[in-house]
Amino acid sequence: MFDVQANLPVLIVTIPLIGGILTILTGRGWKPWAWATLLTGTIFYLTLRLIVAVWASKTGIVSYELGNWPRQWGIEYRVDALNSFILCIVAGVGFLTTIYAKCSVEKEVPADRNNFFYAVWVLALCGLLGITITGDAFNVYVLLEISSLTVYALVAMGKDTHRGALTASLRYLILGSVGASFILLGIGYLMMITGTLNMQDMHDRLHSVPGILQSKTVLVAFAFLVVGLGIKMAMFPLHMWLPRAYTYAPSAVSALLSATATKVGVYMTFRFLFTIFGVGFSFMTMPTTWVLALCASAGIIVTGVTALRQTNLKRMLAYSSVGQLGYIILGFSLANVNGVAGSVAHILNHALMKGGMFMALGAVFYRMNRVDLRSVRGLGRRMPFTMAAFVLGGLGLIGFPLTAGFISKWYLVQGCLDRPHMWPLAGVVLVGSLLAVVYTWRVVEAAYFQEPDPGAPPVTEAPTLMLVPMWILIGASVYFGIDATGTSKITVTAAKALLGGS
Amino acid sequence: MHFELSPPLLAIYIPLIGAFLIALAGRWPNVREAITLITAGVLLYVVAGLAPRVLADDFWLAFARSQPLRLAQVLPGVYLELKVEPLGMLFALIASSLWILNSLYSIGYMRGNKEHHQTRFYVCFALAISSVMGLAFAGNLFTLFVFYELLTLTTYPLVAHKGTAEALRSARTYLGILVTTSVCFLLAGIIATWGITHDLAFKPGGVFTQALASGALTGPGLGVLFILYMYGIGKAALMPVHRWLPAAMVAPTPVSALLHAVAVVKAGVFTVVKVIVYTFGPLTLVKYGQGEWLIWIAGATILIASLIALFQDNLKRRLAYSTVSQLSYVIIAAALMSPISIMAATLHIAAHAFGKITLFFAAGSIYTAAHKTEISQLDGIGRKMPITMAAFTIGALSMIGLPPTAGFISKWYMLSAAWETDYHFVVGVIILSTLLNAAYFLPIIYRAFFRAPAQDHHHHAQSSADGVFGDETHPASASHHADHGHADHGEAPWPAVVALSCTALATVVFFFYSDLAIDLAHQLQKGLLR
Repeated sequence: MFDVQANLPVLIVTIPLIGGILTILTGRGWKPWAWATLLTGTIFYLTLRLIVAVWASKTGIVSYELGNWPRQWGIEYRVDALNSFILCIVAGVGFLTTIYAKCSVEKEVPADRNNFFYAVWVLALCGLLGITITGDAFNVYVLLEISSLTVYALVAMGKDTHRGALTASLRYLILGSVGASFILLGIGYLMMITGTLNMQDMHDRLHSVPGILQSKTVLVAFAFLVVGLGIKMAMFPLHMWLPRAYTYAPSAVSALLSATATKVGVYMTFRFLFTIFGVGFSFMTMPTTWVLALCASAGIIVTGVTALRQTNLKRMLAYSSVGQLGYIILGFSLANVNGVAGSVAHILNHALMKGGMFMALGAVFYRMNRVDLRSVRGLGRRMPFTMAAFVLGGLGLIGFPLTAGFISKWYLVQGCLDRPHMWPLAGVVLVGSLLAVVYTWRVVEAAYFQEPDPGAPPVTEAPTLMLVPMWILIGASVYFGIDATGTSKITVTAAKALLGGS
Repeated sequence: MHFELSPPLLAIYIPLIGAFLIALAGRWPNVREAITLITAGVLLYVVAGLAPRVLADDFWLAFARSQPLRLAQVLPGVYLELKVEPLGMLFALIASSLWILNSLYSIGYMRGNKEHHQTRFYVCFALAISSVMGLAFAGNLFTLFVFYELLTLTTYPLVAHKGTAEALRSARTYLGILVTTSVCFLLAGIIATWGITHDLAFKPGGVFTQALASGALTGPGLGVLFILYMYGIGKAALMPVHRWLPAAMVAPTPVSALLHAVAVVKAGVFTVVKVIVYTFGPLTLVKYGQGEWLIWIAGATILIASLIALFQDNLKRRLAYSTVSQLSYVIIAAALMSPISIMAATLHIAAHAFGKITLFFAAGSIYTAAHKTEISQLDGIGRKMPITMAAFTIGALSMIGLPPTAGFISKWYMLSAAWETDYHFVVGVIILSTLLNAAYFLPIIYRAFFRAPAQDHHHHAQSSADGVFGDETHPASASHHADHGHADHGEAPWPAVVALSCTALATVVFFFYSDLAIDLAHQLQKGLLR
């Protein structure tokens, strides 16, 4: 009898890998969607079992050696509090966006490409999950390529609703490849000097051999990695690929990407900076704190201002995403428990809020065929559930109390205040939320206090299949704002593990 | 999660359920309004039922021992919790009792002016009251902040109600200032407090004593926190963050009356007093010599706002600036940091409420009956609307602080507190501002009763609106309406008249029977002296 429990980590990657390829065979109509939903649902269930297994284990770590090869030679999947949490987010949001995707894809992707869409979609999830679960640096790169290539394809699938999707995808491809090559170079240098690809071994050797950390090779590797990861997680000013990609991708893809792709980029950064290089080297020896905190702060302010000048709401949310990633980056750049915990918490909270908001915009597009500020006029009355979800998500971005965004903000501000002389950063966090008020409120005013354009089509509420996943995400973002004891336990544990493992 | 229905929780739920039912009954206006009135009545009953417990002799003993009512644990150690204490009790009593009269008034006003979106109006109103109840009974700073923000959010649709470009612009100012101050300063202060003390609970004497004794917090640090809190509470309209209040006057008058003369602004000064008493502790602040600046700023706010009020021709704007000045009375009294001054601050929260709501009711009635918004249009209106203007006079007397009105009581305590603490500046401010109050209220009364109605009415209204006050908040149609069908107006619809008569009466009654308010203020004082 095959033991599911013992093989959980590998199943989470192999099921979507094989299942994704098989999707091509499912034909037309609703079948590819149903198959993808089945796959992602199964994966989500497995990640839930995995997080339970991690918390049940004594060490808090589940290690799995592929093919029973010892980790020095083979690939190790290593799951702890941090990545089991991220896995759940990726798989959960992946599952919900797959359910949501049906209507969005019917509208925005030609029917004869449905099976390809879902095949690529599931493979993208496979890549993202794989990056998150693996403990092997080269394996990270391989899976990164799987996820990147599939995501470029997903963005390009929007070409039938907007030609811009093709150039957006190309731009994403070029910048993404630059980032990936930087990461590959960084990993290569690290492998050269440590002679291993296992993350834990890399860390051990970097810190056991005297003088190795000061070597030029390690410094160059560090620089390559920080820049490469910066591109992947859309750190300002390396975010250039993101706004267009999110704007022109099909709605479901925007929702999936905003909630998972950049988050996995942040997770990789955690692994490289904290687990491999260690807090002491990354944040004390190197001036990473200042570089990242400055980039993040500038990002929060600049993209906030840019967002409030957009009339295309998807583009507005895209800029807002860069700003919100700024919060996440700012949090871990502080390298203290509150900061890192805030950062990890915001990975979840932002995934819920932004995923839900992109879904709401997708529903608006489904009915109105456009998503600019004019198109939402008077929609508060016509699509009450969609717009209410959007507003609740917006309140989360603002960091309104009793939404998840408040929890992240609480930790981040505390993290800033905990570092001596870093309190102005707390001001940046708070000013960023004011910018969120401004750009969210333009939508509120249009939706609730302005009359619809005379030429606007008379629309009704979005289909239930769109509303349900949207409201699960938004509802969760409110729930985790009212009762964040569970998430804060996980995030603080993860933060302590990251900081203590130096 | 805690689902036991104890009275403070009920006080939050009742308006919430009311809002839900109002939304359901939106199609039948009479049912809808009946639900509003019944909800308000039930709420007052529940809130009043709490009073005896708070007034009990051993209240503070029980307060120190009893656990707060915990609704949710939001973060480890940070709870959403409720706890009843005298100050909040008084605030909840005022808000819930005036809600009944205000609902009655709203019916007359909203129907008289044929306002649109009336269901949304009543729903948001009930939601705002629910937030006020949560604010009044908040058991810690976090809960207070949550309801403070919810109050901003639920009143926003009421300010933006008209949906015109101007209403939206004013509503933006409203939201912008209130959210900016609360997020940038108040929230920062609360998070810093949590970082320093890991204790957000309200306790008489404050939470910082230990941190100060151990050196974790220094005197200047305490001062910085105090600034963060005082300017974080934008709803208290301390200058220069008062701009949102005149902006909010664009809302329908019942909103201005209950929310922007009583509930929202009082939520501001209530929070100021609450933070001074329960988070900082007056004694701590005095001991470390922090917070004296507040007296000067509040004094300046009183005088400057009164001076601005003097030059406003738009009646509601004049009342708004009068409110700004009256709010700083509460702040200046609290800033004196003596037991009797805290009592004065508490009483003024109550005393100002009755007078100011009467004034707004009168202003709204004049608008409904005569479509007049400017003071220069009011010549001789006392003859056509005798009840309204009589009530207005009582309200104005209360603002000035003359007996036999409510305003006299609190001013009396305030002056004695100022003498007792030897702040002659405060005595001077109070006297000067009393004169200013008289200077901007008495001419209105004089006009209304002793001047003959203007003959060339239309021309007069037009020139004043176009000339000096062209950008005021009254709708452009107001002056056009003046001659069409309103030339021979009488009083406003009867619910409005009844409501404003009741509040005017209450203003006078408060002078003779202010026992409940004084008892509650005494109880608060006892807590301070323990």
